[in-house]
Amino acid sequence: MPDQMLTATLRVNGEDRTVVFPSHHTLLEVLREELTLPGTKHGCELGECGTCTVLVDGDPVLSCLVLAGEMEGHEIETVEGLQINNELHPLQEAFADLGAAQCGYCTPGILMAAKALLRDEADPSKEQICDALAGNLCRCTGYHKIIQGVQWAASKMRGDATAPPREVFYGDPLPNGGRDE
Amino acid sequence: MSNRDIHRAGVDAPSKTDKQSGVPGKTREDQPFNLIGKPFRRVDGRAKVTGQTRFADDLTFPRMVHMRIRRSTVPHALIKSIDTSKAAGMPGVLGFVTGEEMPNTFGILPVSHDEHALCMDKVRFVGDPVVAVAALTEDQAYAACAAIEVEYEVLETIASVDEAVAVPEPRIHDYGDEGNLHKKVSMEFGDLDGGFEDADVIMEDTCYFEGNTHLPMEQHATVAVPEDDGRITVCSSTQTPHYLHRSLSKVLELPASRVRVIATPNGGGFGGKSDPFNHEIVAAKMALKLGRPVKIALTREEVFYCHRGRHPVHMHMRTGFKKDGSMTAQHLQTALDGGSYGSYGVASTYYTGALQTVTYKLPRYRFDSIRAFTNKPPCGPKRGHGTPQPRFGLEVHLDKAAHQLGIDPADIRLQNLVEPGTVTANYLKVGSIGLGKCIEAVVEGSGWRERYGKLPEGRGLGLACGSYLCGAGLPIYWNHMPQSGVQLQLDRSGCVAVFCGETEIGQGSDSVLAAVVAEILGIDLQDIRLCVGDTDLTPVDLGSYSSRVTLMVGNAARQAAERARDLIAKHVAEKLEIPARQIHFADRRVFDLENPDNGMTFAEAVVVAESKDGTLGTTGSYIPPRSPGRYRGSGVGPSPAYSYTAVVVEVEVDPTTGIYDVVHVWCAHDVGKCINPALVMGQIEGSIYMGLGEAMMEEQVFRRLPKKRSPALVHRHPSLLEYKSPTFNDMPPVTSYIIEDPDPNGPFGAKEVGQGPLLPVMPAVANAIFDAVGARVDQIPIAPHMVRAALDAKEKGKEPRFGPKPGFPDVDFGAPLKVLTPDEGGDGKAENQDEAKVRKGTGTMTERKDALKDGAWKESQRENKKGGN
Repeated sequence: MPDQMLTATLRVNGEDRTVVFPSHHTLLEVLREELTLPGTKHGCELGECGTCTVLVDGDPVLSCLVLAGEMEGHEIETVEGLQINNELHPLQEAFADLGAAQCGYCTPGILMAAKALLRDEADPSKEQICDALAGNLCRCTGYHKIIQGVQWAASKMRGDATAPPREVFYGDPLPNGGRDE
Repeated sequence: MSNRDIHRAGVDAPSKTDKQSGVPGKTREDQPFNLIGKPFRRVDGRAKVTGQTRFADDLTFPRMVHMRIRRSTVPHALIKSIDTSKAAGMPGVLGFVTGEEMPNTFGILPVSHDEHALCMDKVRFVGDPVVAVAALTEDQAYAACAAIEVEYEVLETIASVDEAVAVPEPRIHDYGDEGNLHKKVSMEFGDLDGGFEDADVIMEDTCYFEGNTHLPMEQHATVAVPEDDGRITVCSSTQTPHYLHRSLSKVLELPASRVRVIATPNGGGFGGKSDPFNHEIVAAKMALKLGRPVKIALTREEVFYCHRGRHPVHMHMRTGFKKDGSMTAQHLQTALDGGSYGSYGVASTYYTGALQTVTYKLPRYRFDSIRAFTNKPPCGPKRGHGTPQPRFGLEVHLDKAAHQLGIDPADIRLQNLVEPGTVTANYLKVGSIGLGKCIEAVVEGSGWRERYGKLPEGRGLGLACGSYLCGAGLPIYWNHMPQSGVQLQLDRSGCVAVFCGETEIGQGSDSVLAAVVAEILGIDLQDIRLCVGDTDLTPVDLGSYSSRVTLMVGNAARQAAERARDLIAKHVAEKLEIPARQIHFADRRVFDLENPDNGMTFAEAVVVAESKDGTLGTTGSYIPPRSPGRYRGSGVGPSPAYSYTAVVVEVEVDPTTGIYDVVHVWCAHDVGKCINPALVMGQIEGSIYMGLGEAMMEEQVFRRLPKKRSPALVHRHPSLLEYKSPTFNDMPPVTSYIIEDPDPNGPFGAKEVGQGPLLPVMPAVANAIFDAVGARVDQIPIAPHMVRAALDAKEKGKEPRFGPKPGFPDVDFGAPLKVLTPDEGGDGKAENQDEAKVRKGTGTMTERKDALKDGAWKESQRENKKGGN
């Protein structure tokens, strides 16, 4: 039986685009395939890993669990819309400088979930960050650099230019005093 | 821009003026580093935070179609028939590929080319590939794949090492050392009995390490593209484009020169993308058959069945100790459940014994091992490759010995450290060892001396150490060529193009490559353009595995860049009329060290050189030093350098439930020299994370019904929800100490950091639980019910332990290969090598003997030394 096709106008990163797609396709599929926005990744397509997180009306949503056909009339934001023209978002700056993105596959989803957190919490605690991102798995970083990245970005967005402490970049000072160099 | 961004933010900005002013009268070698040792933004950092990194599944091509592979639904069976007729009539279906079309076998190791791209007549595990279908859309390919009918004649399922030992027939493979044992190894270094006679105490332990899997966030994906000149390009998420290249050439029966492999950035590897995979080869075959690009992206479930992850290992360890805690002899036995194919298994088998000797003095050593074939997904290399299992065994064993002998667990280690420059009992040449400094750092940092053994019930500290390779001393297939090659192209723009076969899997190899070249040529990372992991365009690098990239690619890059520097310096020196040794490269300038104003920009310097010499290009290569071992099996374990790590873990255990939390981890890692400390930190934290996952929850386990009811053998939880891995909320604070004990074989002294820090985590957790509640869990992962069971035993006055039944499967190892140790006057050869059973079929070692005979190896070593490595 041929696929039922839908025509829908989706508003993604502030731009309206009319696309035709099989009615059973998820937002993830339509973003990646019809809208040529492959920045949003798939890790399981079952709602388990958080890799495909996008913002829908500002809230984090797993794009593998919503049908694209239901998304008309909503504001969708993906990682491609995070930077403004060629300027990186503070989250992107902080993640890049700290190595919070290693392989980078989970990064788009985590950036979007973190953006939603920073909308609600200008100065999130470590616990708040962990709770907000607990649905996003990362296998590379051990999460520390991501938490520090969100904190650094939050401070930049509050207008505070304080960089993370030296040990975030260099490791902790040796307990017997001074670095061994 | 990147490093400047960090500097602007106030983090340790190197002063520009310092950099510019050379110190008069000093040589270039005395100048401080521009870049090495300072945190900089990784060169692919921007792409990764903007979604611009193109992973394999992000690629599309005109006329591209989609492929699915129908995989076996039974664990062990003969294929009776494959019926594609129903599927052929379905919408969008374009074609099929079956096993007969690709009769050639392949596999990562030359000794175990035991895979077919699609099974010919037999399937060996649920997930074995049987037939492929291509269709216009992915949905159509899925539907058609499900409509293919395969009939099987079911064979007996072999589900474990014990079953493989007990059931030699039917054989899963018609090769291997005997029955369903793929590999059997036994070797003895020195007078073992004498060693045990010298002991005051003999300790014996049995432990078990469950299998687990890499779980990269990116599922494997491949796009194969037939080119306009009849060649084929395969873009794939692979850690080893070179080995994939060789496999494609062999299976497709095409000259390697007509096959191009491009390794796309890997969305995580951890060893799981190091084998050439059936889906990569089948996609290429399908693309050639249809004459159009073909894509396959594996589902998450398929990735679990692809596996090639940590071998489940049963271990038995017997060690003689003197009262002072020194070891007199050790007999280690390991049994690996290999799954259904060879993969890296022969190497994995040896790795479960090889690195027991590089941390603490072990004068006499015997190692026996078996690797069984079972009807499960093949096991292979995962972060630490074969060494985390025996490391767990050894570090727990030492902890127990320390208690029995009344020695502090930190001291039993500190007092018996291998010394730098040692050749071990099994002939591994160890270079720098920063392990003593590592132990001291975590001991002091954690307050070990004040707190160990003295914390309230339920709280505990555990200490463990580890060591890992910086690349394997020998290539996977025997040859005399470099393990890594780098080529530079310089032109008047001032841009330096760097070509290298290395593969970025997230670890930061691109950044290391760029940083080494930028450092030597005194230019910015932004002046460098990388072309990597492309078998058409880049010199061969063997791939991102065995923690080889920083050391091997780094050395090759260093050689290429130094050659370019010397070439430019010669011509600039002539122009400035000063000695070439006085020319320095820094801050994008080439200038006189005595008078820094006397100089020019780097781009102008290239113009000077290009005007004199014509088009500029240099190459660099790296071949590891030869290892002293000459016995069969000595090819596994040697490395140009070894990294070292010490870890202290603090746990909180609820004795009523056995539930425990890791509340803090202290880790000190001897990385030789940081190329980029921020990336080193990332690798340490990532390794601790993965180690905690292995210690506490991760397991690749299988569900089996009673034999008489069903032969089924399926993954217990092939999904990201049920395969437990640590989340943001599970990660404890980590204190990381970077120890720098530069190794003469590393570029700028650098050693590995990607794998080593994982190794001590699992035993440290086990040792901490013992300190907290006085119960031993001798297996990994440690589940709360195991802690509780050990406490139950304790309360009943029995041994407070949970773990496998003491002992080892009943295997006849025959006479071991006997090798005199260096201390006993050995020469690295086995005394009874000739009596040893001759390996059937193709063998790396046969080729190796031939190669050693003609002296070409020595020749290549001399060349290498001349090149400055």
